[in-house]
Amino acid sequence: MESLMAYVVGIMFTAAFYMMLRRSIVKLVIGLMILSNAANLLIFVVSGMTRGAPPLIAEGASAPAGMIADPLPQALILTAIVIAFGVLAFAVVLIRRAYEVVGTDDLDQMKDTDT
Amino acid sequence: MSPEIILPVFIPLTAGALSLALWRSIRYQRILGVLANILLLWSGIWLLMSTTDQGFVTMEMGNWPAPFSIVFVADVLAAIMIVLTGIIGLAIAIYSLASTPRGHEKFGYYPLMHLLLAGVAGSFLTGDIFNLFVWFEVMLLASFALLTLGGERAQMEGAIKYVTLNLFSSAIFLSAVGLLYGMVGTLNMADIAQKIGQVEDTGMLTVVAMMFMVSFGVKAAAFPLFFWLPASYHTPQVAVSALFAGLLTKVGVYALFRMFTLVFTQDVDYTHNILLWAATLTMLTGVLGAAAQFEFRRILSFHIVSQIGYMMLGLALFTPLAIIGGVFYIMHHIIVKTNLFLVSGFTYRLLGSYELKDLGGVYKYRPLLAVLFLIPALSLAGIPPLSGFFAKFVVIRAALEAEAYLVTFVALLVGLLTLYSMIKIWAEVFWKKVPDHVRNTEELKGNLNEKHAWAYYLPMVGLAICTLIIGLYGQPIYELAEMSAEQLMNPQLYIEAVLGGDQP
Repeated sequence: MESLMAYVVGIMFTAAFYMMLRRSIVKLVIGLMILSNAANLLIFVVSGMTRGAPPLIAEGASAPAGMIADPLPQALILTAIVIAFGVLAFAVVLIRRAYEVVGTDDLDQMKDTDT
Repeated sequence: MSPEIILPVFIPLTAGALSLALWRSIRYQRILGVLANILLLWSGIWLLMSTTDQGFVTMEMGNWPAPFSIVFVADVLAAIMIVLTGIIGLAIAIYSLASTPRGHEKFGYYPLMHLLLAGVAGSFLTGDIFNLFVWFEVMLLASFALLTLGGERAQMEGAIKYVTLNLFSSAIFLSAVGLLYGMVGTLNMADIAQKIGQVEDTGMLTVVAMMFMVSFGVKAAAFPLFFWLPASYHTPQVAVSALFAGLLTKVGVYALFRMFTLVFTQDVDYTHNILLWAATLTMLTGVLGAAAQFEFRRILSFHIVSQIGYMMLGLALFTPLAIIGGVFYIMHHIIVKTNLFLVSGFTYRLLGSYELKDLGGVYKYRPLLAVLFLIPALSLAGIPPLSGFFAKFVVIRAALEAEAYLVTFVALLVGLLTLYSMIKIWAEVFWKKVPDHVRNTEELKGNLNEKHAWAYYLPMVGLAICTLIIGLYGQPIYELAEMSAEQLMNPQLYIEAVLGGDQP
């Protein structure tokens, strides 16, 4: 399972970079979306996948018995998803405004501020 | 309990929330903007006094014992950075009173400014690596909004580059945090530093170190990852430019200092050698880029890049003296660079342009402004007895002692080229006559139609005085840098302060 997920993460990063290198700003944002999801999935995979062992502590005990799944990565991913959502909402508005103001969706045309 | 460590985050967050509540009243938002930053500066000074007293100040969130809780840790370096944040925040808040257009103020300029400062302060104080990511994002989101406030064409184009590169760097940072968590099973920086020695796969560790270096390198605008900076920093309102120029890249530099003195010190030959070359090339490309520019703020933007190189050089040499130099350089640079942007904003107010060819005659009509430019400009170039001289002196001396002669040569050359750039601005903006094609010179020649002229001058004069103090009365400042360097070079102190002395 882990090696399969590793390939999935790899493919997602590849797809993200490919999309980000395209000229259209819409594809750029799609690339950023995939990139943040790839990072989240990476956290999920590298912190170890444990199947069917929820991190629950039995009543009366102070520590869980046996191997359990690590609950922390969930918290991290959830935080990262929320942040990525906010940032992407901004990015979508930005590309819309940029398209209106600049009048093109081609990144190669947006060279006014370059040096 | 030590409340001073949480205040630098709490004050701007509260002020931001209050400004939102006062959405309709620009007047109260302005007053709050100045007041909150005075408080921020005060809390920073309090924190600095505590840290010089006790060494470290820590706080565990929710009273859970560290490594399980998120901790806030302040050492001397973090406290210095908070004081600088307060100084810059205050200068910008006052400057904004005059320079920020009404429309920007109506659309949440002040709440965003507070939020940005909260993000910056949180990044300096947190002792948890995932929390650092969160503060980065708080800071970034506020900066995105500030950068695009106004919505002009150049801003949009600059913002796309800025947003993309910064999100990209955040994604790399997040991946690196995940990989590191997979290896050491903790997010507390002190705990990571302690457990990182037990990791068997040192090759993978170096990979993760490089990912952190790339991610912070993008934020710090290091070679070859700096292209977003000169493409975007000259586009927003000048007060926003100045705020970004002073603080944002330095957060990246601070994160580099933190991670590469505390956590990633197991393969110094490899990682710090890469840092050394990155630093050298950052200095060189930044200054050469500036030499090719003829727009006031673009020149200054490129100089941010070249100055970042000096700070990284201090870290890369990794000797106690070099770290002192790096920290001293950060202190000097934040103040000087912000001041230069503020001066450029005032010349824009007078003549309505940032292009050097459309500016001129400022020395004749506004001698005080010329002096206010000359102090930070010469300081940036490293002319004694101003702050930049001592900062450069310490870094270059450390480089000589480490027998890195090529790097020393580059650092000296870059100093010379910086002087060239500053002279170029001086000659064009201040010394030459007002160009004939410039029609609107009434405001330059005297009758400045401005109610708040004092709000332009006060921050510039204040920051210039800070520069002079660092230069002429440098011993106490140098001692502060010395103390922070001692703490940075002994990560064991940090670990003990966070986790308690009884750890194995």
